[in-house]
Amino acid sequence: MSRLWRRNRHWLTPALFLLPGLVLFGTVILAASIETVWISLHDWDGIGAKTWVGLANYIELADDPQFYVSLKNNVIWLLIFMLAPPIGLALALIVNQQIRGMRILKSLFFVPLVLATVTVGVVFGWVYDPNFGLLQLFFSSFGGTAPALLSDENFVTFAVAAAGLWPQIAFCMILFLAGLNGLNDDLIAAGRVDGARGWRMLRHVVLPQLSQVGFIAIAVTVIGALRSFDMIAVMTSGGPYGSSTVLAYQMYQESIFSYRFGYGAAIATVLFVIMIAFIAWYLNGLIKAERSNA
Amino acid sequence: MYPRPIPENAKVQRALYLGGVTLVVILWLLPLLAVMLTSIRSNEELMAGNYWGWPQKFSLIENYKAVFEQTAMLRFFLNSLLITIPSVIGVLILSTLTGFVLSRYPFRGSNLIFALFVGGNFLPAQIMMIPVRDLMVRLGLYDTIYALVIFHIAFQTGFATLFMRNFIAALPGELFQAARAEGASPFQTLRHVVVPLVRPALAALAILVFTFVWNDYFWAIVLTQSDAVKPVTAGLNNLRGEWTSAWNIVSAATIFVALPPVVMFFMMQKHFVAGLTMGAVKG
Repeated sequence: MSRLWRRNRHWLTPALFLLPGLVLFGTVILAASIETVWISLHDWDGIGAKTWVGLANYIELADDPQFYVSLKNNVIWLLIFMLAPPIGLALALIVNQQIRGMRILKSLFFVPLVLATVTVGVVFGWVYDPNFGLLQLFFSSFGGTAPALLSDENFVTFAVAAAGLWPQIAFCMILFLAGLNGLNDDLIAAGRVDGARGWRMLRHVVLPQLSQVGFIAIAVTVIGALRSFDMIAVMTSGGPYGSSTVLAYQMYQESIFSYRFGYGAAIATVLFVIMIAFIAWYLNGLIKAERSNA
Repeated sequence: MYPRPIPENAKVQRALYLGGVTLVVILWLLPLLAVMLTSIRSNEELMAGNYWGWPQKFSLIENYKAVFEQTAMLRFFLNSLLITIPSVIGVLILSTLTGFVLSRYPFRGSNLIFALFVGGNFLPAQIMMIPVRDLMVRLGLYDTIYALVIFHIAFQTGFATLFMRNFIAALPGELFQAARAEGASPFQTLRHVVVPLVRPALAALAILVFTFVWNDYFWAIVLTQSDAVKPVTAGLNNLRGEWTSAWNIVSAATIFVALPPVVMFFMMQKHFVAGLTMGAVKG
């Protein structure tokens, strides 16, 4: 036994090191994700036996108006979230000055990022409150009345996504600050000699150097938008009348509230496919970026 | 540097600039400041409609005392600690091991395994929700703290492996060659070379994972239901439903929930920012 061990330990020990993490991640995360695709081909209440229904869940989904509401809202989230990289860049540019006291201001900008999304949801619930919220304060100072954003079917998704934007901007800001730190000073100086200033400098000298960081900022923002769940659960529960659901939330509702786990799994699978397409695009971009660097 | 630095000797300009940025920060944090202000207001004032004026009476202590005594927030807070701390420790141990092997012992398929860790990390939580919930029910762990700890360790190991592998791969290779030349076993290499050198990475990872796990809401509501195991995030949302008109109490509870990650962030800010940018930039 001990001879066997000694002869093989150069590969056995690393294998044993890798095993716990791999097994845990493999079963709880990866295998579970694949199992969801399998469940989506069944009718299942979550407790009893599964009944094979083939693609019936997907066929039903294609005719479900709620599915299209969710899909449309996912697109709205995505579009609104696309504001995060430019605003994050703007804030990063504003604070990128070495002045005494700037460091603490910088960290204060990051605070929304460390708050729980539940906290952000509760905070913005007050901002949007039509009776005494910040928004109402703002409107009444112009003599108007604030719209009840969270109970208006047309505005609700925009309002919730805008709240979700708050931490996302802070995230992009951190990334761009790291990018600005890594700028090539020689190129900037050369640009200055050539008379590039302000906007032109940003456009032609700075932004090209930030392209990799910008790519990452866009990627994490897309993922953030597709993952949106907490804010909706906390601020609207998908309402009013299901008008603010996204795929992630609709899936949760169908499974946990309606006990339609098969149908919920089908929605999750659609979300999964969208995410896979995006991850492929992202990895492809990363590989290209790495090749052009090498 | 871009934008062009404001010169050191332009004192007035620098002061004005700082003042301007301070104003932007105040606007930026206004929603949070409003909640903080509400958390020190008395109930009578809120009833009378004084939401935005300066509080006539400060009820800081009363409100927070009410949160501790009349709500289950203290219980939720303890649950959150019981969930978060073991999760962080578990993730640090597992990812040091996986990161070490994946960066220093290349074998057929090691890149594939690494890609699975990285890719799995981008998956939306909903895709694994049903089987994970089912698994915990079958293991008898549903509605226990263990369900959340196991899930969080598993999920965060993906990101943490990426993080630790990149960090260990960037360590000087001579150290590992020297260890091998001296006949050190993989375990000895781990103990005497890797562990002492990865401390800064572990600090950064610990604060990130702490924040991720502490702030989780989705898994809290999927894997638990009773107050005895619920973390603060799920507890706060329940509280909001129960105390609909007592905004001052809900505000105080909100600040209470936000406090640990914010304090951790300010204590270990450099690690947090470095970790986040390293994880993202190298990912």
